[in-house]
Formats: sequence, structure tokens, C-alpha cells
Amino acid sequence: MTRPARRRQRVPLALLLPAGLGLLFLVLPLAGLLVRAPWTTLPRRLAQPGVLTALRLSLETATAATLLCVALGVPLAWLLARVEFPGRRLVRALVTVPLVLPPVVGGVALLLVFGRRGLLGSWLDTTFGVSLPFTTAGVVLAEAFVAMPFLVIAVEGALRGADPRYEEAAATLGAGRWTTFTRVTLPLVAPGVAAGAVLCWARALGEFGATITFAGNYPGRTQTMPLAVYLALETDVQAAIVLSLILLTVSVAILAGLRDRWVGTA
Amino acid sequence: MTAPLLDAHLVADRGAFHLDVRLRIAAGETVALLGPNGAGKTTALRALAGLHPLSAGHLTLGGVDLDRPGRRVWTPPERRPVGVVFQDYLLFPHLSARDNVAFGPRRRGADRRTARARADGWLDRVGLAGQARHKPRQLSGGQAQRVALARALAVEPTLLLLDEPLAALDARTRLDTRAELQRHLGAHPGATLLVTHDPLDALVLADRLVIVEHGRVVQEGDAATVTARPRTDYVARLVGLNLHRGHADGHAVTVGGLTLTTADTVHGDAFVAFPPAAVALHRGRPDGSPRNVWPATVTGVQRHGDNLRVQLAGPVDVAADVTPAAAAQLGLRPGQPVWAAVKAAETRAYPA
Repeated sequence: MTRPARRRQRVPLALLLPAGLGLLFLVLPLAGLLVRAPWTTLPRRLAQPGVLTALRLSLETATAATLLCVALGVPLAWLLARVEFPGRRLVRALVTVPLVLPPVVGGVALLLVFGRRGLLGSWLDTTFGVSLPFTTAGVVLAEAFVAMPFLVIAVEGALRGADPRYEEAAATLGAGRWTTFTRVTLPLVAPGVAAGAVLCWARALGEFGATITFAGNYPGRTQTMPLAVYLALETDVQAAIVLSLILLTVSVAILAGLRDRWVGTA
Repeated sequence: MTAPLLDAHLVADRGAFHLDVRLRIAAGETVALLGPNGAGKTTALRALAGLHPLSAGHLTLGGVDLDRPGRRVWTPPERRPVGVVFQDYLLFPHLSARDNVAFGPRRRGADRRTARARADGWLDRVGLAGQARHKPRQLSGGQAQRVALARALAVEPTLLLLDEPLAALDARTRLDTRAELQRHLGAHPGATLLVTHDPLDALVLADRLVIVEHGRVVQEGDAATVTARPRTDYVARLVGLNLHRGHADGHAVTVGGLTLTTADTVHGDAFVAFPPAAVALHRGRPDGSPRNVWPATVTGVQRHGDNLRVQLAGPVDVAADVTPAAAAQLGLRPGQPVWAAVKAAETRAYPA
């Protein structure tokens, strides 16, 4: 490697060694995917109808879940960051529960609430004839459940970092709380919202456990890419590698594109 | 005299700090709220703007109660006819100068076109018509200050509040901006309150000074009165006077074991004030002429403009200004004993 000469800092070996191992640990599996990919049969495998269906379903549900998270998560983050209310610490802890909960447990919990005989599900079914489990909407719900904490945490952090005196200035100019929120607060934390949405989308795209538990594994309806990868692994390892490669390429491409546009300015 | 436009008795608490300040400002009048850091100036301003609730007292503007805890009257900041220029301006970073100024008129019911036209008018008045499309980060400190002023004035407030409006500017810009600010404040028909710790800003911009220390008003009056007759050490330092409190009996004021002869006649508790330049220093005891003379010890010497300011300890602690030539002649250094002398005609005594 040739690089312009610069002042070399001495890096202690005790830090350099684990850092290098860590990097290797993260990169090696990705390299493995590339090495073992069936490059010769790749075009034919890509053209198989099931692949594109699963990819489109993954992108659509991840995007819908992200929109749902933004619509509900940004106000929730605002509440946590700006309003003093009793039990705020408890609420903040509750918001992060899906982060530590195994996704499969999350899926079971969703079934108990939104399932056909669940707490809300039975009411939804009898009143509106709506049943969420094992539908595409159920996939969105499962992904949103797991991904929302990422958005709330990112936006709450951005709100705490934003100077609340801008909101006071807006108030002295005649803006009520809602106008202040839409005209001042939201534009100020826009980079944080964007960063949170990107994290949220990436988490939703990779969601597996809650989705398969709550929404099942029906091709074209609830079978997203991670589910397709897992299923393919049982029967055809080559196909699983191809699907993994596609998921990897698409998510890295989209994240890199968004990063340059928004997250870099955060 | 007609009722003042602003009539306020601000009682507020912030942690252990207690504010209790009465303020009355007439239409067209500019009052400076002057005080050291932590005196409660900003709390008073926030209370007036509705950003800090009163715990007692009242706030009446143009005959309308905006805040009167005793009668459970409270008006939120967005419904008060009050404009604020914040210390670091707080221009919205995502909006252009024009949209910053148009923000107020827009929130108060003007449609977009009218609000923008009004904003352009105000930017023109502060001499920034060419910067209307600039974002705040593209503006210089002086320009940002003028946009902040235009933004506050664009809502045509009955009460205009300015929080240290010149503190963030460098010395050169401050001079120009101060002169321009004076012009705009003169044209403002409502009441204006200027919060500052800079006596020069207060003297140039305000018709009347209100001085607060530890959350209370310690002195108020026009510039001439306050500068000639300071009533606290803070004010005396601000206007550059030696100030001592003692007991007067005619022309003689007894201060800490020293009796000073003054030109004024006072009886009872009194202040005596004299400028450092009126204090003459001598190596030996000076004789002749009815002077106030006492032995003192030099505790410090600092540059002060073209002269040197000498701190003296003795029966009373005072500051004396001497020329560098005189200082060289006296060989002034800390610890040296000297004689201090002040002419009676240069001292001023007034009731405490």
C-alpha cells in the first residue's frame, strides 16, 4: 500500500491486535460468500421468479415498516425528550425492550395480541374482519416492532442535542407547540431522523425471527429475503448463497447511497 | 404622568435564586437592566417573554394582565405582544434571513406573500436587503444581529426585549452596530428593555438605567444620576469611582476611622465618592491647603488607559490613577508606603 507520508502514531500492539482480529471477524464471512458464490450459474439463478418476488417483498415491507416507525416513533421520541411526565424513565426503558428481546419472543408476543384469538386481534377480526397474522401487513408489523427502538433512540438523541432555545425563540415569534415542532424542531433534527430511519430500515430488511413467527413463510406474501435464504439453505446451499449475495449487495448499495446524502451531514 | 406601557412586579424563583424586581417602562422609552453575571437579568427577561413563570407579582402590558399568579392569569409566550432579540440571536439555521424575519408575521396570521414582503421591508431597514436569501451561517456576526433585530421588530411588539444584544460582537463591529441599534430603538414606538452587563451599551442606548444585584433593584435613574451618585460597589466600579459608606456631619464624613472633608453638606448615613484621578500620591506627608490626607500602602499597580491604576490599602481602600512619569518618580511597587491626598472639591457626598 502506498500512501502519502504522514506522521505515524505509535499504536500499542495490545490494541492493534484485537482491532485487526475484530475487522477480520467481520469481513471474513462476507469474503466467504463471495468466494463460494456459484458465479457461472449466477445469471440463471437470478432470473428465477421466486428470487425477485422475495426481494421486492423485502424492500416493500422494510420501507413500509420504516414509514410506520417514523410516523409513530418521532412523536414518541419528542415526548421522551421534551415533555416531563411521571414514569418517563420507565417508558424509555420499555421502548428499548424490543432491542434486547429475542425476535422470536417478539413474534410470539405479537401473536398473543394481534393473533386471531389475541387481545386485539379477536376484536379486529369480529369488528372489521381484519386478520393480521400470516399476511404482508403482518410482516410490516413484525418488522416495525423490532426496528422502532432504533429510530426512537436515534431521534431522541438528536432532539436532546438540539438547542431547545430555538423552540423558545419560535414561541416568542408566535408559534404554538405544534407549529414549532413542524417548522423548527423537525428541520433541526432532520439529519437525526434520517439516520434513525436508515438504521430502522436496515434492521427491518434483515428481520427474521419475529416475521417467521408472526407472519409465517408464504412465498409472495410473507416470505422475505432472510426467510428465503433460510429455507434455501435446507435444500440448496448454492441458492442460499445467491440470495444472500443479493441481499448484501442491495442493502449495502442503498445504505451507501443514503449515507452520502443524509447521514454524512449528521 | 400617564400610566406606563409596561408595569411589572417580577417575582420568580429559579432553584435557590429569588428574583424580585419592579419595572415600569413608558411607550417609546428604553430602559437598561444592568447588573453583574447571575444578578437575575436574564431571568427577568425570560419572565417578561413568558419563558419563565412568575411565582407572584404581576406583569401588565398596555393595560392587559399577561401574568398575575394571584388571579391565575397566564399568557403563553406565543400570545404575548413581545419581541425578543436573544443573546446569540438564535436565528433558525435552516431558514434564509428573509424566512427568519417572515416567521413571526406568518405565525401571527399574515399569508406567505405579505409576510415575505414585510420581511423584505425590515431587512431593507436594517440595511440587509442584499442578504435576504442568505442562510444564517453565511452572515457575519453584525449581520446576524441585525437580522435578529429585524425578526423581533417584524411582529411589531409592544415590548421589545434585547438580551446582551452586542455581547457576541467584536469591538469594531460593536461600535457600528451600537450606533445603528440606537437609531432603531429610537424609532420603536413601544417599550424597550435592554439587558446588559456593559455600562457603555446601557449609557448609549437607554433613557434610564435599572441596576440589579442578587435579584433586587439596587439603584435606578437616568445615566447622569447613576454615574454621579453610585450606591453600590458594583455601580461605582462600573462608572469608575471610589465609593465609601460612612457617617456624615455637615462637611465631614467619617469612613472607617478616617474623616474626609467634602464640598457637599450631608447629615446622617452617607456615601462619599471620588474618581481615582482625584487621588494624588506623595512620598512624604504633603502640607498646606485643606486636603484629605492619609497614609496608605501600595497593594497593586496595573495599566489603565494611558495611566497606571494604583490600588491602596489603608484606613480606606481606594484606587488612584497616576501618570507613568509620576509613578516612576515615586518608584511605586507593592508594599511601599505612600501618602494619599484628595481635594475636598473633588469628592461628592450624598445621603445613603
